[in-house]
Amino acid sequence: MTLLSSVTGRLTAAALSLAVALPAVAQETPSSGGVANVAIQPEPPGLMLPLVQNAPTQRVAGNIFEGLLRYDADLEPMPQLATSWEISDDGLTYTFHLHPDVTWHDGEAFSAADVVFSADVFLRETNPRTRAILDHVASIEAPDDETVVFTLKQPFPAFIQAFEVGTLPIVPKHLYAGTDFYNNPANNHPIGTGPFEFAKWDRGSVIELDKNPNYYEAGKPYLDKIYWHVIPDAASRAAAYENGTLNIMPAGSVENFDIPRLAKLDGSCMTEAGSEYFNPFAMLWLNNREGPTADKRFRQAVMYAIDRDFAKNVLWNGLGKVPNGPFSSTLAAHDDDLQPYPYDPDKSRELLAEMGYKGEPVRLLPLPYGETWTRWAEAVRQNLEDVGIDIETESSDVAGWNQKVSDWDYDIAFTYLFQYGDPSLGIARTYISSNIAKGSPWNNVEGYENPEIDKLFAAAAVENDPDKRQAMYDQIQQTLHDDVPLAWIMELAQPTIYRCNVHDLITTGIGLNDGFKNAWIEQ
Amino acid sequence: MAYVSLILGRVGKAVIVLLAILVFNFFLIHAAPGDPAAVMAGEAGATDQQFLDDLRERFGLDQPLPVQLWRYMSGVLQLDFGYSYRQQMPVLDLILERLPATLLLTGAAFCISLLFGIIAGALAAMRAKRPSGSIIMGLALLFYATPLYWVAMMAVLVFSVTLDWLPAYGYSTVGADYTGLAHVGDVAVHLILPALTLGLFFMAVYTRMTRTSMLSVSQQDFVKTARAKGLAPGVIQRRHILRNALLPIITLAGLQAGQMVGGAVLTETVFAWPGIGRLMYEALMQRDYNLLLGIFFFCALLVILFNMLTDVIYRLADPRIKQGAT
Repeated sequence: MTLLSSVTGRLTAAALSLAVALPAVAQETPSSGGVANVAIQPEPPGLMLPLVQNAPTQRVAGNIFEGLLRYDADLEPMPQLATSWEISDDGLTYTFHLHPDVTWHDGEAFSAADVVFSADVFLRETNPRTRAILDHVASIEAPDDETVVFTLKQPFPAFIQAFEVGTLPIVPKHLYAGTDFYNNPANNHPIGTGPFEFAKWDRGSVIELDKNPNYYEAGKPYLDKIYWHVIPDAASRAAAYENGTLNIMPAGSVENFDIPRLAKLDGSCMTEAGSEYFNPFAMLWLNNREGPTADKRFRQAVMYAIDRDFAKNVLWNGLGKVPNGPFSSTLAAHDDDLQPYPYDPDKSRELLAEMGYKGEPVRLLPLPYGETWTRWAEAVRQNLEDVGIDIETESSDVAGWNQKVSDWDYDIAFTYLFQYGDPSLGIARTYISSNIAKGSPWNNVEGYENPEIDKLFAAAAVENDPDKRQAMYDQIQQTLHDDVPLAWIMELAQPTIYRCNVHDLITTGIGLNDGFKNAWIEQ
Repeated sequence: MAYVSLILGRVGKAVIVLLAILVFNFFLIHAAPGDPAAVMAGEAGATDQQFLDDLRERFGLDQPLPVQLWRYMSGVLQLDFGYSYRQQMPVLDLILERLPATLLLTGAAFCISLLFGIIAGALAAMRAKRPSGSIIMGLALLFYATPLYWVAMMAVLVFSVTLDWLPAYGYSTVGADYTGLAHVGDVAVHLILPALTLGLFFMAVYTRMTRTSMLSVSQQDFVKTARAKGLAPGVIQRRHILRNALLPIITLAGLQAGQMVGGAVLTETVFAWPGIGRLMYEALMQRDYNLLLGIFFFCALLVILFNMLTDVIYRLADPRIKQGAT
């Protein structure tokens, strides 16, 4: 049912092609004042971003906390808490020079000690993704109050991509050092350095952020307040945008079929910018361990059988991109020459006949993230049945999906993952055999084991020479493309719909998660 | 005296029923696939074994199920409903924070449906053979058959989006920070659509039931006697027919009242009303065991309380009902 399933909709990314990027009037001088009314769904479980790695938490708390760097749409680093930085020629030493005039929201001065504490103590304990990145780091030191030096064990070129607010948020040492992080009273009133301060949270209704009057970048932020409206039903969110109560609808807050309508309203704008850092990538896990999906020919047959253009044009309003292989096309390491699997049911039937598939039932597990994903599973099922595969669809809620995927209790399962702008941050984890372990829906769930791929990913991650690195990534893409450890079905778009009088809403590749410090409203 | 011992007996039974419900729910919830740690790890988009182990240890999920049950039950017996790790708040605080909004919504819907339902039903009974009676019953049938969420969405489209008379969602105007009477008025305006939506179905039920019940009572001998002794028709309708027709309404009202805590999930969702129903739905999706059990407990408690209250009201409405007769 639309209502209830949309309640769980987390990422319902998509839209249509009449995307209006940042309008030309954005050249005008920003004016202060005004309020952002933004939809947020689901309600975040907490706002202590360094503790809670949940999409809605990142979106709201990206205004309260900050990282050392931000990244533009090409993922080039930009200053934030660090004003400048140097990487030594051997790729082992990263030196950051911090902004001198930063204070925490409670008035305490920010210093290099906060950075060392956050990276070396807090995040190593609490954040599994950051922990994995910090495994490359031998030491983190603060020679003075305005300098931090990371020394790596071996070169790790992707390291410079790891300093955005969601990956390496800076935590106030004076509030957290020596405490039980999870039961710290500051968790209910998070203190950051960001352009907005936590003001109030009426659970179930609204989260209120106030302008930080002492923000270190002169004149910013421009907005007086941000209200995050918790509205569980997608139709009600759309109505609230239509009648003007809300002026910003982040990706995932509008059901796909409603995106064309809302984007076409008078004074309504849409942009797909702001997901370059994340590259959400939709895939089908194919269980490489047992059943028909253990046979490479079966997996290739699946790739030939699925009409990916149909899904893109009909289910996702033509937004997004059909991938040619395992790497998102926005990554620098993407191999543009790789030929995508075409939609070719005959070829698919040939492969199935060759392997001797006799109609053994294959279980399909859809992703319970709302209407579009349900329809998508129906379309894929129809494609697969067309070539003679016997599909049994198994339905569950999000927790059940999690459990089944984590326990490898599936044959084919929908998912989507972020690629985080670099293969060693967001892609290797899906294919290397050391990452096979029950209990997580985000590791090498399909059970693909290939020593050659393991070696290549390990070598590429620490290769400092860009050309040599690219050669290895090309080889990886070619091998994976041929082996089809899983099916790559869509590079998802993340459209934001907003009133056109809101300017400079998205100015980096991190999008809305990067905070609203540049956003202003034309009065 | 018999009355007091009856109540005491009822209370004793109620406590046993409540505890049994808790144990049953505990196992039911744990039978669902997934646990809160896995859900939180899933939402994080990245996880490792250490992360999961840390979470399970903090939540006490690393203990065997009977130990977890024992810990939970001994907490409840001391009125400690545990901690929602998901929401990072004690369960009791969470529930008490959301309870007023739900009681306001369901209470208003209850009063609206009961009051207007009985009036409409009585009118329909008195005009059973006239077109106005048929119109009332036609409307009642329409509201009875229309799905709640459709009514809710149409109400939002018409009154909020098109006419712009009433707010589309929420409990109060965001950012207005009204106090005193202005706040009361603000909440009341926000209450109109959800309360009407939630009340419509039961209003239709009461209308139909009142009419049927009154028509059947009006055939009975004592009504003929009343007419024969020359009482005014209005007095007969009110004092003789309606009062006797009320018993089935009371039964139904008791059932509706029992659902007041958990029965508004859909309405609360559509109107973003910050109540218990939504909290329960989210707790279910997130496998927030302690919170879910706590809400179930309050729902069960309310059902039992209203069942007892219904029995008491029966006796007030009809003094012929005595102990043992029910």
